[in-house]
Amino acid sequence: MNVMEGTPYALPGATREHEELTRTWAPASGLLRWFRQVDHLIIGRRFIITAFIWFALGGLLAGLMRLQLAVPENTVLSNDQYNQVFTVHGITMMFLFAVPIMEAMAVFIIPLMIGTRALAFPRANAYAYYMLLFGGMMVYTALFLNMAPDAGWFNYPPLSGPAFSAGKRVDIWAELVNFTEISALTVAVEIIVTIFRQRAPGMSINRMPLYVWAMLVTSFMIVFAMPAVMVASNFIGLDRLVGTHFFNAAEGGDALLWQHLFWFFGHPEVYIIFIPALGMVSSIVSVFCRRPVFGYTAMVLSLVATAFIGFGLWVHDMFATGLPQSGESFFTAASMMIAIPSGVQIFCWIATIWLGKPSFRPPFLFVVGFIAIFVIGGLSGVMVASVPLDLQLHDTFFVVAHLHYVLIGGSLFPLLGAVFYWFPKMTGRMMNERAGHVSFWLVFAGFNLTFFPMHKLGLIGMPRRIYTYLPETGWGPLNLLSTAGAGVLALGMLVYFGNALVSMRRGALAGADPWGGATLEWATASPPPAYKFLHLPVVHGREPLWEGPENAPVVTGVSTKKREVLITRTLDAEPDHLYVYPGPTVWPFLAAVTTGSMLVAGLFTPWAFAIGTAALLVFMTGWFWPTTKKKEGEAPPNEGAAAA
Amino acid sequence: MSERATIDVSALPDHGFGSRSVMWWATVLVILIEATVFVATITSYFYLQGNEAAWPPPDTPLPGLEWPTVNTIILLVSLLPNQFVKAAAEKMELRKVQIGMIVADLIAIGFVAVRVLEFAHLNVRWDSSAYGSITWTLLGFHTFHLVTDLFDSIVLTVLMFTRHGREPKRFVDASENCFYWYFVVLSWLPIYAVLYWAPRIL
Amino acid sequence: MTLAMLSGRGIQSALEPAGEHAERIASLWDVFLGVSAVVYVLVIAFLFLALFRRRREDSADRSRSAFLAVSISTVLTTLVLFGLLVSSIVTGRRLAQMPAHALSVTVTGRQWWWQVDYESADPSKRVTSANELTIPAGVPVRVQLQSSDVVHSFWVPNLHGKQDLIPGHENAILLEASRPGVYRGQCAEFCGYQHAKMALWVNVLDPKDYERWIAAERATSRIPATPEQRKGQEIFMSSPCPLCHNIQGTDASGRTGPDLTHIASRRSIAAATLPNNRGNLAGWILDPQHVKPGSFMPPMVLEQGELEPLLTYLESLR
Repeated sequence: MNVMEGTPYALPGATREHEELTRTWAPASGLLRWFRQVDHLIIGRRFIITAFIWFALGGLLAGLMRLQLAVPENTVLSNDQYNQVFTVHGITMMFLFAVPIMEAMAVFIIPLMIGTRALAFPRANAYAYYMLLFGGMMVYTALFLNMAPDAGWFNYPPLSGPAFSAGKRVDIWAELVNFTEISALTVAVEIIVTIFRQRAPGMSINRMPLYVWAMLVTSFMIVFAMPAVMVASNFIGLDRLVGTHFFNAAEGGDALLWQHLFWFFGHPEVYIIFIPALGMVSSIVSVFCRRPVFGYTAMVLSLVATAFIGFGLWVHDMFATGLPQSGESFFTAASMMIAIPSGVQIFCWIATIWLGKPSFRPPFLFVVGFIAIFVIGGLSGVMVASVPLDLQLHDTFFVVAHLHYVLIGGSLFPLLGAVFYWFPKMTGRMMNERAGHVSFWLVFAGFNLTFFPMHKLGLIGMPRRIYTYLPETGWGPLNLLSTAGAGVLALGMLVYFGNALVSMRRGALAGADPWGGATLEWATASPPPAYKFLHLPVVHGREPLWEGPENAPVVTGVSTKKREVLITRTLDAEPDHLYVYPGPTVWPFLAAVTTGSMLVAGLFTPWAFAIGTAALLVFMTGWFWPTTKKKEGEAPPNEGAAAA
Repeated sequence: MSERATIDVSALPDHGFGSRSVMWWATVLVILIEATVFVATITSYFYLQGNEAAWPPPDTPLPGLEWPTVNTIILLVSLLPNQFVKAAAEKMELRKVQIGMIVADLIAIGFVAVRVLEFAHLNVRWDSSAYGSITWTLLGFHTFHLVTDLFDSIVLTVLMFTRHGREPKRFVDASENCFYWYFVVLSWLPIYAVLYWAPRIL
Repeated sequence: MTLAMLSGRGIQSALEPAGEHAERIASLWDVFLGVSAVVYVLVIAFLFLALFRRRREDSADRSRSAFLAVSISTVLTTLVLFGLLVSSIVTGRRLAQMPAHALSVTVTGRQWWWQVDYESADPSKRVTSANELTIPAGVPVRVQLQSSDVVHSFWVPNLHGKQDLIPGHENAILLEASRPGVYRGQCAEFCGYQHAKMALWVNVLDPKDYERWIAAERATSRIPATPEQRKGQEIFMSSPCPLCHNIQGTDASGRTGPDLTHIASRRSIAAATLPNNRGNLAGWILDPQHVKPGSFMPPMVLEQGELEPLLTYLESLR
């Protein structure tokens, strides 16, 4: 039974194509198959699951922090343990979860949404996944060995330098940055190339779904932002390992150099986490209001404007360092100005809801929750953008409240909605809707109970990153309330993820298009077959599935015997040439093991980098050495098959 | 069943040169990433320099100028075989690509040898001052990315002599490799100016 | 709990300004809070209207009115933000003014305590103290901020916003307290093991009381008057204490730890961690790692009968 029967772009009677494509695109088999997969559906699923595992661990650490702060002078964690816990919580969420999960969702969804059979550079994609896995394993092993980084996720010198942080803790921070930035940059390159060169014919650049625009913009931000933190982390690694003086004032170095480099990355980083969520919101609002998002051009320009302006805000994290006031005012202006494109997006979504017919199913609830929470975060952001206000609020729990309102409200809520929305496409089954509603309300209530009181705590004087506080401060009751809220939030997360886990096995079977979607991912089976689309689609508008797809042309002539994709032109998506991608191979895994070993050995000696680079070059040669024509991208030999 | 319109792409070629190629786009993006690394490092150089009254610090001699200037000339000369190979690759002329790549590789190896002399004549250690640290690191980053690209080029040169050498994909790879080498050479010029002239002029 | 949420009261609350700069910032806060509340209510109101409005069967093309609504909202947003920007810059300008200041103090951040040096043109009038800053009311005081180790941040919310203490950089903050009182501050930049317990007290005195206070501080340490105090001094001098601590007029001249010349005149010990009384002092001296694990003061091993005289001596150092 051809699983693609009934989907809009499958020509009837294409049984032979189905069989050949199934063989050609078959995942790796055999003993080593887990180490050899390269297909974006498989790698994407792994990426998503692994990123959520880091999320769960980071969440547990947050729970420990809330327990410790629930009452004054608590003894759940010692000061040293608390410093490791809050640092690892931060680096988990920022480096191991937030950016990777957004990239992971894109790895799975983007090729489907633009009508192609592969993500560009499949081997590099596998390599990027292993790097995320190994990076997280390194950090959590360190945590269990009581040698986790402990100088904050932002790792300021001189505290993080050789004079004030003995041992390997901060070196692990520096290597983790290398793991995660290599992973993120690799995926960003793949996403950009895929979006630019592999869109379905007819999907000109102004017909791309808003989610695709969001991921394109995000990937470019990654390209320009992440190198700054890699440079910073290599500088501090060199200071600690071989005695350089980048941040040592006594020999001409400057602690503020770190802050500039780090925040030049750090501010775009949060938009890298946020902009994909904006794309997810657009997808969900459109489908659950039964109409395209209002103001497509304004939405696209807002995404692009947010990305550009986002690179001009970083000094707002340094307002208390004594920089000249006139310079600081520029960053206040930019930090306020960035609210305008975000505002435009929110107004357009509200207009879409107004003009459409909203359906209050869980994905849409999470989007409504996003608006309610994110706007608070945006407003508190405007507050801390003001230098005078920031001088009081900086480094207090007010900022903790702000950042969680924008990150959890602005990114996690859309993500939870998107996971619910795309779950049927990924697994073939629906998540339970009643549990979805329950989890939404628990998460919404729990989140606000946890983080709203923190605005107040910051205003009345509670600084950040403290392992305890004295009873006479009077901060106890609000902290206790916050911890209680964290319990509710945790319960909500358990219900949500429990729902996901159970539904993977027992959820109602979804068809190709359970929500009545508009975009191409809904034009293939759930989950998609290994070859994604039986015939590649051709599109004529922004909402292909709402515009009579059964009358649209399809592409023929793409080989069924090789992993061939259609390369189209960047702006107008006219067909240009055909390109064959490689099949399963173990080289990406080996290269990741080599890189990982080099980075871990680099904790101890600088020679690791010389030896590691040499070894890596050898492995990369193996990776890129072309295989014989028969193996490269072609179907494996099959005894019974008819000759080509 | 009614006839459904189809777009038949079977006659399209199986490769494309220049901005038609996915490898070109990947190369461009890698260039952007590395350029950003260089910009961040050079900005750090001037940031640290701005803090100091004397640059290099007192009692630190200026870096030697002879060897880096020789090396800059070597790199500029390497553009000739580089362009030769690029044009030949785009016309899929195997012999010319093979010879051109060998010449280019030899020149690059010569460059690496002189680079060792450059390091020896920096006249400062990486751990004696922030000036020494940023000088060594900036030169080190460029050396790293040049050496890795040289290795890639040598592997590709070998490949051009195997039976894989005739495939169109290989010629695209060769063309992209030349494109990347342009970046290696051109990115050296501002770094050369910063490392060896900025301490003399500023 | 609700009252806790609504009131701005606290031990070091930015909403209870007692100085000119904190007043200005608190007023700006009121403006931003008011505007934000209005904006939020409006956004949520429109969101709810959009979600729950009664939809009739009309197929009229509403997109033109939607375009107008989005455009007007965008323009209003821009204007509001511009207004907030202007008020922020105006306040910032006023805060950054550094008028002629009568007094100059240098605060040096050290893991995990504050060294306080009262400057004077006459070197013999310089005073070195720790963890408490005493200033006269109504007088602008320039506080120079520097660090001898890592980045710290000086923050006394009742008086002003914070400024960082960065090794290799000289920052400064101007304090001008409106009225006498006692105000608490705390380090606001993560600085290691005991960042959480690096607080300070600011004593704002009536100007006449301040003159008396600074004169007493300038005096060298009190000579022990009783036999028990003398014994205590001997115990102090023969312990490791002088290696880190300075007592003016004695042989104890260590500069690694807080100056103890007038320790008994301070209200707290261990950087505002414990009230300064005999019991706490004893506990701190015997086992500092219990109070502030990771701090650099080692436990004192004292013989039987040595603790009491030592405490008596320290209590005499007013």
